[in-house]
Amino acid sequence: METLWRLIQDPNMQWIFLSCTLLGLSSGVIGCFSYLRKQSLMGDTLAHAALPGICIAFMLTGTKSLLFFLLGAGAAGLVATFGIGWITRNSRIKHDAAMGIVLSSFFGFGIVLLTIIQHGEYGNQSGLDKFLFGQAAAMVGSDVLTMSIVSLSLIAVCTLFFKQFKLVSFDPGFARGLGYPVALIEQLLMFLMVVAVVVGIQAVGVVLVAALIITPAVSARYWTDKLGFMVVISGVFGALSGGIGTIISSLGSNLPTGPLTVLAATALFLISILFGPRRGLLAKRMLRLKVARSIDEEQGHKERQLEGGATL
Amino acid sequence: MSDFWILLTGSLVASCCGILGAFLVLRKMAMIGDAISHSVMPGIVIAFLISGSRDSLVMMLAAMACGLLAVFLIQLFQQSGIQSDASIGVVFTAMFATGVLLVSLYARQVHLDQDAILYGEIAYVHWNTWTLNGVSMGPIAVWLLGITLTVILVVIGLFYKQFKLCAFDPALAAACGIPVALFHYLLMGLVSMATVSSFESVGAILVVGLLVIPAATAYLLTERLSVMIAMSAGVGIASTFIGYGVATVLDASIAGCIVSAAGVLFILALLFSPSHGVIWKKWRLRRLAQ
Amino acid sequence: MKNHLKTAAPLTIEGLSVAYQKKPVLRGVSFSIEEGELIGVIGPNGAGKSTLMKAALGLIPRLSGEVLIYGKPYRQQRRLIGYVPQRESVDWDFPTNALDVVMMGRYGHLGLFGRPGAKERRLAMECLAKVGMADFATRQISQLSGGQQQRVFLARALVQDAKLYFMDEPFAGVDAATEKAIITLLQELKRQGKTVIVVHHDLATVEEYFDSVLLLNVELQAYGKTEQVFTQQMLQQTYGGRLAFLERGGNARLAVTKG
Repeated sequence: METLWRLIQDPNMQWIFLSCTLLGLSSGVIGCFSYLRKQSLMGDTLAHAALPGICIAFMLTGTKSLLFFLLGAGAAGLVATFGIGWITRNSRIKHDAAMGIVLSSFFGFGIVLLTIIQHGEYGNQSGLDKFLFGQAAAMVGSDVLTMSIVSLSLIAVCTLFFKQFKLVSFDPGFARGLGYPVALIEQLLMFLMVVAVVVGIQAVGVVLVAALIITPAVSARYWTDKLGFMVVISGVFGALSGGIGTIISSLGSNLPTGPLTVLAATALFLISILFGPRRGLLAKRMLRLKVARSIDEEQGHKERQLEGGATL
Repeated sequence: MSDFWILLTGSLVASCCGILGAFLVLRKMAMIGDAISHSVMPGIVIAFLISGSRDSLVMMLAAMACGLLAVFLIQLFQQSGIQSDASIGVVFTAMFATGVLLVSLYARQVHLDQDAILYGEIAYVHWNTWTLNGVSMGPIAVWLLGITLTVILVVIGLFYKQFKLCAFDPALAAACGIPVALFHYLLMGLVSMATVSSFESVGAILVVGLLVIPAATAYLLTERLSVMIAMSAGVGIASTFIGYGVATVLDASIAGCIVSAAGVLFILALLFSPSHGVIWKKWRLRRLAQ
Repeated sequence: MKNHLKTAAPLTIEGLSVAYQKKPVLRGVSFSIEEGELIGVIGPNGAGKSTLMKAALGLIPRLSGEVLIYGKPYRQQRRLIGYVPQRESVDWDFPTNALDVVMMGRYGHLGLFGRPGAKERRLAMECLAKVGMADFATRQISQLSGGQQQRVFLARALVQDAKLYFMDEPFAGVDAATEKAIITLLQELKRQGKTVIVVHHDLATVEEYFDSVLLLNVELQAYGKTEQVFTQQMLQQTYGGRLAFLERGGNARLAVTKG
């Protein structure tokens, strides 16, 4: 308890805690829209596809700046999304395989670039691969600041365009009918996801960043049928995961933040799937029993009626 | 000599993945392959802690158990109403996180570094050999992959009919009395096995590349399942040779180059396949219009 | 034993209930069909017609009830049954040709390790010829039209050489020629003494096609000979007033109104 108290007072720790919480919050909010648009694994794909973008950005500029990384990853993410769409439209390859193809070939190409950078004459390269596995604890003040600002802007954009995002996620055809620039809004959502993913990679790594997008949103779906509430709950779950992950990881020496954040999110998910009202497993089991009983009763009632009729 | 072993290892990985990948692509389970390749992580670490070695039967079994557990959980969540994409995402990240956490907790006992997890170390494959009665028997990875390939060939060969029908029309398969669930888990078990034996050489993410990309390439080139399977393995092997060549020239990651080569071959098939290529289709349309 | 097989009805269902999530899709359905008939299963969308078939074939779990095929549980009688699923239930991009799909119908007879050989190929060709598709045997299945795909499915059911057939909307989305070919085939099956249960949508053709009709809307509404059961009143009851009767030239024609 004492160590915990000391940690909470540590300003460096406070910063990391704050930025991880904000990161969880914003990814949770963005994740809701991608879940409703049935594009949960796009977050995973974008995270992998970001690698060549980040490497090229580094090769061109020679600096490790989050802004350039964002630009590179954004461009790569755009190419990846376009590629998946083009493959599914123009061939018999289905969406899942197209996603697998793009994800792994982009990542493979990214690894090639990464090794070229490592073997080449780029001075500042040593940190680039660490960036891929996520090291929240090693973040410096400027990283934390950028991350917090980006997360807050993500949340602001989502609040501002909530109405548009909602309609486009639910019924893009109808939104088009209303005269919404649907393609533009979809691109914006995709871009927000790229931003969330690139920022998240820094904290939890390429593979695990998908969890920040997916898990809180899925968990939130268990507690409400209203999008507004779902976004809020998902954001809260994301923030909780980020916060819990940071705190636990600071308690021990060999406890990485990324996996702990993901496992905290998973724990919240398990609680939701078990105890969620109406949709949760427990609630469903009760309902099923009730339906079976009512059918039995009805049958019994009918049979009694028939028997009664026969004896009369 | 090291060239030979690297190419042999790569070809074995490509064959294992290519054969199974064909079924994954046809059953629209490409991303399940991705999930399995990540989910075997905790199994590998736990087996490592128990047996203290990287190349053991224990590791194979533990990893298979984890792969099957992941598939089971994904299905369970899907049945309880979660979208399939989302349930895949939730499960594999949770299991991968457990694996990474275990690696960091037991870092001193487990000599697995994160780089190897993500992109393997095929270049060092020939260093890790085993000896029988003082005679060197070659790299362990080759033996492991050889056994895996044999198991895959035997199982798929014996039950080709069942796997085919389960992939095309599971409802009819069930009505014919084929235990669809059993064959589903058998296939998933084989995928886990292939993933574990390839893991060390090419890493978790590139296994997915070799599972999906060559199979999808073959899917664009043929109309027969048996040909598709053979072609899928062939495309994978071709990618291995091209990729290794390019990697030597560029001094870059071999596994990365192999998957990139597979990607390029896929793009070629996508554009120029005689039956499904985009270019030919456009050309035929234009001729029709004239 | 033989006697038993003769007396038992092809299909007997007792108190069958099925529920997806919270809503019962089928409730307390009981009926028994007669051998050698063409039976139409009729009801509005969401009435549980496909569910009834799938539950009878053991493809989905049931909440309660019993299904007997010729007096025995389904598991023991698999080979007596042929099944034609809905055409959309499979991926027609699968790399295979028409002949190969038809041969799949023999898989249930081949045992664990058996492989399809010359005999299966011959049987499959015969059945393809019966549905008028012999010329398309080597055609890739994605290049077939909807009607042709349906005929391939029928050929696959024929090659199963069953006594009781379940067909889930075989007439959905097919051209007039295929519809005619299918109904001719069904009548041929009936002549051979086989029993065919068909989920059907087009009310206009029910009287022409089927000997018996099963009206279903979650609960069994009625089952019996077409001329007795397929009446305006029973249909009204089944469709719950969503039915418009268009009298035209003395011929009563039926149409389902949207709603």
